[in-house]
Amino acid sequence: MTLTNYLVLSGILFSIGAATVLLRRNAIIVFMGVELMLNATNLALVTFSRLHGDLTGQVMAFFVMVVAAAEVVVGLAIIVSIFRTRKSASVDDINLLKS
Amino acid sequence: MDVNSLAPLLVAVPLASAAVLLLLGRRSDRWGHWLGLLASTAAFVVGALLLVELLGRPADDRSIRVHLFDWISAGRFDLSAGLLVDPLSLTFVLLVTFVGSLIHLYSVAYMAHDAARRRFFAYLNLFIAAMLILVLADSYLLLFVGWEGVGLASYLLIGFWNHHTPYAVAAKKAFVANRVGDIGLLVALMLMFATFGSVDFASVSAGIDGGLASTATLTATGLMLLLAACGKSAQFPLQSWLGDAMAGPTPVSALIHAATMVTAGVYLIVRSAPVFEGAPTAQLVVTVVGAITLVFGAVVGCAKDDIKKALAASTMSQIGYMVLAAGLGPVGYAFAIFHLVTHGFFKAGMFLGAGSVMHGMDDQTDMRRFGALRKYMVITWVTFGLGWLAILGVPPFSGFWSKDKIIESAFVVPEGAGEWRAWLFGAVALIGAGITAFYMSRLFFMTFHGSKRWTKDADGHEPHPHESPALMTIPMIVLAIGSVGLGFVLQLGGGFTTWLEPVTGHVEHHEPVLPVLVIQVVTLLAVAIGLVLAWRQYASLPVPETAPEGSALTRAARVDLYQDAVNDAVLVEPGRHLTRSLVYGDRTAVDGTFTGLGRLTVGIGELVRRLQTGYARQYAATMLLGLVVLAVVVLAPRI
Amino acid sequence: MTPSTAETVLFWVLAPIMVLAASGLLFARKAVHAALCVITVMISLAFLYVAQEAPFLGVVQVVVYTGAVMMLFLFVLMLVGVDASDSLVETLKAQRWVGWLGALGLGVVLVGVVGRATYPSAVGLAEANAPGNPTGVARIIFGQHVFGLEVVGALLVTAALGALVLTHRQRLKPLVKQPERAAARVAAGARLTPLPAPGVYARHNAMDVPALDPDGRPIEDSVPRVLRIRGQEAGTAEYRADTYRRAVTAVLAERGTPATDAEVDAALGTVEDDPRPAAAPPGTTTGPTADIDLGGGSTRTETER
Repeated sequence: MTLTNYLVLSGILFSIGAATVLLRRNAIIVFMGVELMLNATNLALVTFSRLHGDLTGQVMAFFVMVVAAAEVVVGLAIIVSIFRTRKSASVDDINLLKS
Repeated sequence: MDVNSLAPLLVAVPLASAAVLLLLGRRSDRWGHWLGLLASTAAFVVGALLLVELLGRPADDRSIRVHLFDWISAGRFDLSAGLLVDPLSLTFVLLVTFVGSLIHLYSVAYMAHDAARRRFFAYLNLFIAAMLILVLADSYLLLFVGWEGVGLASYLLIGFWNHHTPYAVAAKKAFVANRVGDIGLLVALMLMFATFGSVDFASVSAGIDGGLASTATLTATGLMLLLAACGKSAQFPLQSWLGDAMAGPTPVSALIHAATMVTAGVYLIVRSAPVFEGAPTAQLVVTVVGAITLVFGAVVGCAKDDIKKALAASTMSQIGYMVLAAGLGPVGYAFAIFHLVTHGFFKAGMFLGAGSVMHGMDDQTDMRRFGALRKYMVITWVTFGLGWLAILGVPPFSGFWSKDKIIESAFVVPEGAGEWRAWLFGAVALIGAGITAFYMSRLFFMTFHGSKRWTKDADGHEPHPHESPALMTIPMIVLAIGSVGLGFVLQLGGGFTTWLEPVTGHVEHHEPVLPVLVIQVVTLLAVAIGLVLAWRQYASLPVPETAPEGSALTRAARVDLYQDAVNDAVLVEPGRHLTRSLVYGDRTAVDGTFTGLGRLTVGIGELVRRLQTGYARQYAATMLLGLVVLAVVVLAPRI
Repeated sequence: MTPSTAETVLFWVLAPIMVLAASGLLFARKAVHAALCVITVMISLAFLYVAQEAPFLGVVQVVVYTGAVMMLFLFVLMLVGVDASDSLVETLKAQRWVGWLGALGLGVVLVGVVGRATYPSAVGLAEANAPGNPTGVARIIFGQHVFGLEVVGALLVTAALGALVLTHRQRLKPLVKQPERAAARVAAGARLTPLPAPGVYARHNAMDVPALDPDGRPIEDSVPRVLRIRGQEAGTAEYRADTYRRAVTAVLAERGTPATDAEVDAALGTVEDDPRPAAAPPGTTTGPTADIDLGGGSTRTETER
């Protein structure tokens, strides 16, 4: 086994996360898909940091985590406020930009 | 006063008068006609002064170019606008201004009851100015300016009473027929520019002498010039407008469509002598056209009951004579111009007489409603009769001297051509003289002789034919005097021919195929036969008040030998089809392109709009697909 | 540097679990199940981080991501509706195919690229981790990326504020507190005070005997509604407390104007007695009221006794 395995796993997780975003309607599950994608990226970063022997990859992964946390906060707040007005958590119901 | 300052006055004075009369409008109504008359007379005086000046010079010094201003300067093409005062142009100047002034005088009384008299005089002056530009121009381009100007004046004057729609339509017809001819002049201009690099008479003549142009080019140019002349002079095939042009007031018919404008074509042909002499084929075509028109006009004239239309047909025929003479080459040029001058007098005189008759008969023109007017309108009868005798060619009246010379020249075999031409054209001219005698006598007898066939008008009034006022009879008398004596005077000692020689070139006298005396006798015989036939039919026998059925030829002649039908079929209908198809093409192709572009854009927009579903997941899918494609595109070469 | 056998084993155990859990996220019908699957993935990732010589990151993963972020998700799920289940049937046209195509395509591209790329030989973090992984990481963060760190801090503050702002609700109706409630009761003429405890005003054990308020009037609510409707409520006259009468007699005696009971009654005047409650509609009152003669409620009945 080489470090490439980690990278392949990261790619697979990323794709599954992308599929979740595209195929699920519940806003919270979509958001979780996004989180999964971020995590897959983190895994890749850590692997590359190990590959190159440079801790900068881990630093980047750390920052990604922090930003992801902030993003989750705001995103969930939005979902909650939308839910309050529309009583629905489906992403498809927010289609007012339909032309 | 030298030529250089006098010559521009010829054009400037009538033009300024026209401008004043048009700009001042109704404020000049009370005195406008006098100003017009004054302007025309002043032009005549200037012309006379110029004649004196020219006569004082030796014969080879009589061609004076007066430079007016530098007109076009474009690269290698330099054209200056100038006037060419030489015997030919001066002849025309005198004819136009003299006859024109007389007609101005006549119009003062003729149009006295018309509220738009001042406008009439403005247009008349405009015509005089344009005609003078035409004959005085020193280049084809300036001639064209005058050419268009007289066309415009003719249009304005024919349609003077344009509240009556048929008159406006007649004006339009005249203008359009002229336009067809103008194409010829334009093409000729272009050919000249292409061949000689210049369009003034001197350069063209020098260029032809220098052999710059091939015979083919000269033939083409000549034919185009002939086309232009046909349009302006109402020759076959562009003759259909002259009869309708009689819708204008009679002074207009007298001035423009008898004496001056219609002769512009002859002027053009004679002026372009160098071109035609280099293209014998074109000359032959000119002669043929003249011959055809001669006969055409005569035949049509025999069947017309409208006095003015009959006179118009006569004009057409007489100009046919002039064109025939001009086509004969140097032999005939001088006689063409001679006949032009004499014809100007007697035809204008007869038109004024016809106007006088109409004036006395409540503006009727149907000759079948006239008859026995000689007792009531003596002066008119006398002056008209003198013009009639002149046009018949009875010696010693003017027409005899000019027309006979043309018939003689027609019988001359041209250089390098077959004898058949002399016989053919000579015979045609001779027979034409006979027919002319017939229909002109018919006109004369139907109007002035025979029995009264007058009708009551719509209000039940009987016409009271009376002599016209002095202002109308004086010009008629003067013109009659000209019809009588001018021909004799001018031909004394070959004076007129010699006078024109600087322009037409000296011509050796050629013998016609028949002796001159024989020709003269046979001509007079034909004239006598025509006269007697007309006397028998229209003076001694009663004239039916409604036109009888007549033979097929008569019926055809009544409708101008189907010229309108032919024009319609050949020109108007195809033109209409062309216009319609062009409009259709424009609408579908051009408009279609733009509308189509618009619709295409909208259609594409409609398609693209479907991408905007409002669903975030579909947008996300689009993004993902784009990302995948991008990744493949970027990374694929590297793998 | 090559991974050790232990790491290999760890990887091959965790990788399928993670993939399965991720698929669980994709296919779970209930949102809570999906959240649990994601938590599984994240914890496994933490394991992998530790295995990849990034212990700091592994701990942060558990603490921040799993512990905070996913808990936040669960809280929001609670607010939104935990039993809201999502049907797996796709409503948007062609979205399913596009989604699968996109995801599969992406997977193929990524895996293919990763597989085909050439890598330098792995160095490993032994040297970089020499002062300890957190120290090494800290040195880089606070050295090269200190500005980024500050910015990220500001970002977090902003996010918190943003959450507050976004979920702020505006009061649409006026706030109803105690004073408003009391005023409303007064305006409606409803009972202002709470009801007394049972038995406070009772004079008698019987249920049909009404309690008397301090003024001596019967309290209607003290008799069950059914009895009231039937008209079986007992009249008050005979059970009314006569303390007032006795007091008046005593005072009059003290003043030296003794009066007989009859005179006192006359002086007192008629004490209004609550009329017998209206009998129930005919046909229903055939009960014992007819038997008991309670005097029809006039004062005289009492004195006659």
